[in-house]
Amino acid sequence: MSDGEPLVRWQWIGDHAGELADYTGIHLRLGLLPVLFGLIISVPLGILCHRRRWLYGPVLTVANILYSIPSLALFMIFVKYTGLTERTVMIPLTLYTLSVLVPNVVDGLASVPEPVRQAATALGFGPIRRVVQVELPIAVPIVIAGVRVAAVSSISLVAVGQLIGQGGLGYYITRGLQLDFPTPIVTAIVLIMLLALTTDALLVLAQRLLTPWSRSKVTAS
Amino acid sequence: MNDLLNQLRLVGDWLASSKQWHGDGGIPQRLLEHLTYSGLSLLFAALIGLSLGLLVGHTGRGAFAVAGVANLARAIPTFGLVVLVVTLAGLSTTPVLVALVALAVPPILINTFEGVRGVDPATRDAARGVGMTEWQVLVRAEVPMALPLILLGLRIAAIQVVATATVAAYPGLGGLGRFIVDGLSRNDYELVIGGSALVVVLALVVQIVFAALRRTIVSPGLRATVSKS
Repeated sequence: MSDGEPLVRWQWIGDHAGELADYTGIHLRLGLLPVLFGLIISVPLGILCHRRRWLYGPVLTVANILYSIPSLALFMIFVKYTGLTERTVMIPLTLYTLSVLVPNVVDGLASVPEPVRQAATALGFGPIRRVVQVELPIAVPIVIAGVRVAAVSSISLVAVGQLIGQGGLGYYITRGLQLDFPTPIVTAIVLIMLLALTTDALLVLAQRLLTPWSRSKVTAS
Repeated sequence: MNDLLNQLRLVGDWLASSKQWHGDGGIPQRLLEHLTYSGLSLLFAALIGLSLGLLVGHTGRGAFAVAGVANLARAIPTFGLVVLVVTLAGLSTTPVLVALVALAVPPILINTFEGVRGVDPATRDAARGVGMTEWQVLVRAEVPMALPLILLGLRIAAIQVVATATVAAYPGLGGLGRFIVDGLSRNDYELVIGGSALVVVLALVVQIVFAALRRTIVSPGLRATVSKS
């Protein structure tokens, strides 16, 4: 970087506001769709692990191993199959969410008091209706605690996808390095953190709205 | 499935060609670089994270700040931070190592804190009751009981550091990520997938090391209770 170059040139941000907004939208999609997909996989998988306890260990081991594989390497493995597309970024990010979401679904279901379960059965709830209408709502705070961790990590990881041309705001990180110009990099970092923390705050709000009965005891892990 | 076999064959071919194993930029050198970056930053992060986590966990002071730091730290795009550090400080190892340490401290700190905080107050009182000093309460009662979570924090930090050391190749550092980044810029898929395979193997070895650690140093009575992430 040349001497005297400020960390942030505000002029640049003003000039690129429209473009920044576009990339912010892409970034949110790349970061949040995997959390949604992860949830769609984790809820049934978590219910299954809760019912068939022996499954939980192996499922968790596989999820943890996937989580431990660095994103850059995992992206490259998928490039062969899905090319340089958004899917190549979203599939690994989806896999990463499982290591937080599955255990939180299982823990959430385990937090349902036995008398509640029995009362639901006594009222004539079948196994499926009982899970959907009684157990899952009670599990919501713990599940959302997991969704918060998954969403924040996912949004901050998207940037690495720029190495295969699909990184949302990560575009400005590589651009800044190529131009030897810190402003785009700082802007991207700040915007990504803002996206992550705003999403986190909205999830806390969503949890309060979804579980009015538990407002006094919000759990975060 | 056939594709997967082809990928594996590609990795095999790349690993088998002897030029990868010698001299400048060979696999041993890159692996050593990767292990040095990751090991050093994990060591420093552990020194900082463990001492702070034990202090806050034991005294209970600063708990709110710890939770805030953990949340904020997860939101930092590690790739952006490493690239920014190189842009500002130039291409040398130390600034990047400092960034890696900064990224690895929070998971160690928060899990150590939660581990110590989560020790049953009755156990703590019992330790004091049998005449232990505060230091002994910490070292002989709280730390052993917090070990599963402390190890979890170290494991998450290790995963983080190994992954970030991989992307540090993009702004020009060494390490195993070098193969992936160079392969990408040369359109050499064999190099990309070979490098990725090495990174995957390294990540798995790290997992195995931590699993083994847990088996050897965590008290048998505590092993069943670890499931928190």
